[in-house]
Amino acid sequence: MRTQAKLGLFLLLSPLLLWLTLLILIPHVDMLLVSLRERIGVGQYQTSLANYFTFFSEPLYLRTFVRTAVMSIMATAITLLIAFPVSYYIAKMARGRVRSALFLLCLVPFWVSELVRTFGWMILLRETGVISKLLQYLNLTDGPVELLYNDAAIMVGLVYTSMLFMVVPLVTTLESLPDEVIEAGYDLGGNGLSVLREIVIPHAMPGIVSGCIVVFMLSLGNYLTPTMLGGKDSLWFTELIYSQFIVRFNWELGAAFGFMLLILSSTIVWGMLKLTGQSLEKTMG
Amino acid sequence: MKHVASAVCSALTIAFVCGTTPASADTLRLLTWGGYAPENVVAKFEAETGHTVEVTKSNNEEMIAKLRATGGGGFDLAQPSQDRIAGPQAEFGIYKPIDLSKIDSAQFITSMLEATKANTTVGGEIYGVPHVWGTSGLVVDTKKAPSVKDYTDLCNAEVAGKVSYRLKRPTLIGFAFAMGLDPFAAYGDEAAYKAVMDKVEAKLVDCKPNVKTYWGGGDELMGLLRSGEIVASMAWDTGGWKLNADMPDITFVAPASGALGWVDTFVLPAKGRADDAAYAWINFVMQPEIAAMITEAAGNFTASKGADAFADEALKVRYQASFPAEALDNIKWYPPVPAGLEAIEGGVLDRVKAAK
Amino acid sequence: MTPDLECLNLVKKFGATTAVDNVSFDVPPGSFFSILGPSGCGKTTIMRMIAGFLDPSSGDIKIRDRSVLNTPPNKRPVNMVFQHLALFPMMTIAENIGYGLRRNGLPKPEIARKVDEALERIGLPGIGNRKVDELSGGQKQRVAIARCMVLEPDVLLLDEPLGALDLKLRERMKVELKALQAAFDTTFVYITHDQSEALVMSDQIAVMNHGRFEQIGTGRELYYRPDSAFVAGFVGDSNRWAGEITRVDGDGLEIRTDSGLLLRGASHGRVLSVGEKAQIFVRPEAIRIAHDAGELDHFDNRMTGRVTSLLFNGAASRIIVQDPEGREEIEVNLPQSGEFAGLARGAEVQIGWSGAQGNCFAAGGH
Repeated sequence: MRTQAKLGLFLLLSPLLLWLTLLILIPHVDMLLVSLRERIGVGQYQTSLANYFTFFSEPLYLRTFVRTAVMSIMATAITLLIAFPVSYYIAKMARGRVRSALFLLCLVPFWVSELVRTFGWMILLRETGVISKLLQYLNLTDGPVELLYNDAAIMVGLVYTSMLFMVVPLVTTLESLPDEVIEAGYDLGGNGLSVLREIVIPHAMPGIVSGCIVVFMLSLGNYLTPTMLGGKDSLWFTELIYSQFIVRFNWELGAAFGFMLLILSSTIVWGMLKLTGQSLEKTMG
Repeated sequence: MKHVASAVCSALTIAFVCGTTPASADTLRLLTWGGYAPENVVAKFEAETGHTVEVTKSNNEEMIAKLRATGGGGFDLAQPSQDRIAGPQAEFGIYKPIDLSKIDSAQFITSMLEATKANTTVGGEIYGVPHVWGTSGLVVDTKKAPSVKDYTDLCNAEVAGKVSYRLKRPTLIGFAFAMGLDPFAAYGDEAAYKAVMDKVEAKLVDCKPNVKTYWGGGDELMGLLRSGEIVASMAWDTGGWKLNADMPDITFVAPASGALGWVDTFVLPAKGRADDAAYAWINFVMQPEIAAMITEAAGNFTASKGADAFADEALKVRYQASFPAEALDNIKWYPPVPAGLEAIEGGVLDRVKAAK
Repeated sequence: MTPDLECLNLVKKFGATTAVDNVSFDVPPGSFFSILGPSGCGKTTIMRMIAGFLDPSSGDIKIRDRSVLNTPPNKRPVNMVFQHLALFPMMTIAENIGYGLRRNGLPKPEIARKVDEALERIGLPGIGNRKVDELSGGQKQRVAIARCMVLEPDVLLLDEPLGALDLKLRERMKVELKALQAAFDTTFVYITHDQSEALVMSDQIAVMNHGRFEQIGTGRELYYRPDSAFVAGFVGDSNRWAGEITRVDGDGLEIRTDSGLLLRGASHGRVLSVGEKAQIFVRPEAIRIAHDAGELDHFDNRMTGRVTSLLFNGAASRIIVQDPEGREEIEVNLPQSGEFAGLARGAEVQIGWSGAQGNCFAAGGH
């Protein structure tokens, strides 16, 4: 009976397991193997840690690595700061039609591809773009202003792209907080700030953490936004991976970079969970 | 990360497909550049031969990366530049030799065919025949940036903040020539090549504040030039000629140190399944009338003998304006890139990108 | 004595609808005051105005003679036990109870002492470190009250806090709440739609309908001397008939129901005249049942009827009796002596009640 049930479960799971193995496990194992290969001549390879050594010995790679992580964390923080009031408004204050409209507004940018969205920002921010023209028209500046090709533009793009992924989990958790609990917070002497700190934020913590994880991963793994909006100074880690794979034909180093990115993101997410005292099950479940 | 995953996925898919269905010779999967397989040509080819054509647009690096991911599968005909054939073939073995007996050599400009054959020979086998050729040099707004005559002029103070170039190997090569160096001569000697590249790196780092942005794609460059945000850029000749049609001040300028000449070829991927269709396509598009149609779409001339007679007059005029006889003689044709040079160039490009 | 809570001409309008329509009442210190009404009658609106979550459209709310209209909810000397208790799930029991004290900036040791005291008081010592979801419904209830009571509010508002409990527990909590109120000696304002909760616990009850108070009084007054047809119908069970007054004789009167039954009733001081449409309410326990008509001679309403249904419910068992002409059905309580325990369906019984028990109200009211 027992073994039969187990067999049944196994059979039921097998398509999923096959899927996971084929699409997630095997590519990663393959990538790990590639990253451990060193090219020693035309078409000749040997197993070594040389690629990882290259990564750690080249300050440029480390710098890009750290910069990408720091910028992604900043983008996550900014997204959270903007998304929280928006989500609170949608979940707790807006009613009926306004609410669906607001939610829709968050969703609309995702009806077009990321490329189009990024082009949209380029049209707005470029020297001959909308904002620059508007500033000149309003006589706020003497000449055209270039708002593109800097870190702030990257930040704007990242936050914009990530917004929805923060708003959705936040709205869901905030919705599950009964109004009367918030009212009780006020009734028992709390002011806006203390109710937010002691009641709303602790309650929304799983949503905050899962939103942050998703946004952080999206930012870290983003390629288009930093390269297009950042211009000559973008310097994003995924760009390095892309150029190793595609431009340099150096799959070995690219794979090592990819693995470092995987380790970095896992470490930061793990640290984030530890720091907030959340567990992955609680956050994702 | 993503790329490996997708590469492995596509490899798997192809493995399944190949394993289960018998090879059918009537679908030609063509991996090429934008403009090299215009719809009218494809339609005509399909009508004449009964084959169908699936076109995938790409660029040199991605073509090689795609073929490398599948070990030379997934496509039946590809069109990398002639300098990017020998190296990858030696390293990854992603192509198969071309059977010249199946190609109508009479349709080719002989000198170009011979040069390409020489450049794409690995281990005594020939891997490529020429198709489209062109140059890269400078696209300049001649009114606003009259001083830009060579690559290094992009670093002049009067065009500060108003120039652009690609952060790719043609820029490194172009700057090297403009600085009086000869990178092609140093191709065979890694140390010498590194020395050349170190000088170029220093120049590019110095020049960086002058640059508005490094352009990534042709459309981006067109936008920058059209809007006047930049007045000079390193670019392909066709880009300059296209803009010239709308904005007479902007045109392609062959740099004083010489434009860089490239030839895009036909190669057969190692695991291609429709060689007959591939040969049919090559012979078809090399006919002068068809080649002229491709010139019309791509903006560049082909290695087809006699196609000039069918080419657009306006294009010929622009071509002649950009290339006086001495400029034509001064074109630096890319020799095959030895395997391993990309790593040196890659380091330079990364450091330039990271420089403040 | 100054009332703890005083509402003066309180009005609340939401757009065109008037949720609370000119309500005035006061609650003396230390008393248990209930507002009883069907859902949607406006009782929750009153409570939310007292707590400060809503501003009245007009009128005044005074606590210990001081208007609190301009005081935000977190500054009012009023606390509220919410319908679903609204305990903070992210905190322990001790943190829940200490929340208000922390907000008032009390030193930590004092908070701990007060929390322990409060837990002692509600009979749950030593549960301070537990999580909210580890408690039973009744325990949560007590914690919710303790959480408010540590702040020593002038008035404690309770918004149907027993609604979510099962029946048995609800019965027990009624008694417990009353005891807690006595123990804390604080003014409780309790809103409910459950008349039995109101009757059992309250010193005073206001019956509310359509935004207005129909009657304020003790449970006894509401039950036996309802001022309006609504109160008579809402508080306790009644046989209710509509008809026309045929004779008025001082306080007594005679009414012919729409189905033709002639009954005697009483106006208890209300002005009713012959020919007027009226409603008469008779409580099932006011009706006597007998085998022999002679035992009911002293009642001015008497009839012979046939039992159509037996509604056994222990001490509250009832029968439904149909009058001889089959025009009306009358609910009658069975005496608890068990004398009529053997009654069967279809049996013939004598019933009778005194005219004074038949409360008459002019029809056209609610």
